[in-house]
Amino acid sequence: MAKGKRKVPDINSSSTADIAFLLLIFFLITTSMDTDRGLARRLPPPPEKDQKLNDDKIKERNVLQVLLNSNDQLMCGGEYIDVKQLKQKAKDFIANQNNDETLPERVSKDIPFFGPTMITEKHVISLQNDRGSSYQAYINVQNELVAAYNDLRNELAQQKWQRDYANLSADEQKAIRDIYPQKISEAEPKKYGEKK
Amino acid sequence: MGKFNKTGKRGMPELNTSSLPDLIFTLLFFFMIVTTMREVSLKVEFKVPQGTELEKLEKKSLVTFIYVGKPTEQFRKKMGSESRIQLNDSYAEVEEVQDFIIQERSSMKEEDQALMTVSLKIDKDTKMGIVTDVKNALRQAYALKINYSAKPRE
Repeated sequence: MAKGKRKVPDINSSSTADIAFLLLIFFLITTSMDTDRGLARRLPPPPEKDQKLNDDKIKERNVLQVLLNSNDQLMCGGEYIDVKQLKQKAKDFIANQNNDETLPERVSKDIPFFGPTMITEKHVISLQNDRGSSYQAYINVQNELVAAYNDLRNELAQQKWQRDYANLSADEQKAIRDIYPQKISEAEPKKYGEKK
Repeated sequence: MGKFNKTGKRGMPELNTSSLPDLIFTLLFFFMIVTTMREVSLKVEFKVPQGTELEKLEKKSLVTFIYVGKPTEQFRKKMGSESRIQLNDSYAEVEEVQDFIIQERSSMKEEDQALMTVSLKIDKDTKMGIVTDVKNALRQAYALKINYSAKPRE
């Protein structure tokens, strides 16, 4: 009887579109497209127990003191300032274009692409906050300091290669990083004025 | 002439929908790939601060999150409204941060351990005291690459 080849009946595929739609909608809803952004920082390694006090004293002119108190007021280099002024102040401090006596000392160093360059290698920005400062104020300060470095690096990159720092090759970026090394030190916070 | 005779009713030709599933599947795969599902349910409220010099957080598998903020409405009765730390799915104390980091790190692949990044999602109104404690704990645990989560400023 069943001699002739029987055709396998086709599966009705008209509903695959609906199934796929359902899955699609599920993933559409659960998707969070927002990319996380943030200020990337590096913490110093923990202090060792038998650590000696730093013998090589840092000269006063090489340090920029940035203090943030519990009322989110900012003091930089001995005077009260606004957060908006901090960037310019930090830039002046880091670059020390005019070789000012009160700003960090410049030493000559051989840098690839640039040759011997005067850089303020020993500068340190010391950031100290109170335990009662608000996080937003702290991030504002950090943001301005990072912005100061980014500005300087971009200016130099534009001057040398007419491109932004981010678009340079790895070697070129390293050269610029050598000229403007990021040195933000965070001291232990003070405790006075904490509300608890 | 007969060529232009339009007396016969012509039906609208039906659109061929046989490739519709394929189109939808393509979209589906796109969304499946870009989806990152939230792994933890948030128990603290936070609004991240704003900044301008932000960098993108890359490679989600290398990132560990620490949340700090006020407990959400439903837990406020039990936990109070002081800022709290959340690790994974539960509230934690500062002392637990170090163990948490070490545990998270040991669950990573060995070559990835050095690249571990900790993303701090902290409410902008938090006091720095608790943030400093967390930072110190991270230092002790040698989790030195951190990222202060923030939103771009308008």
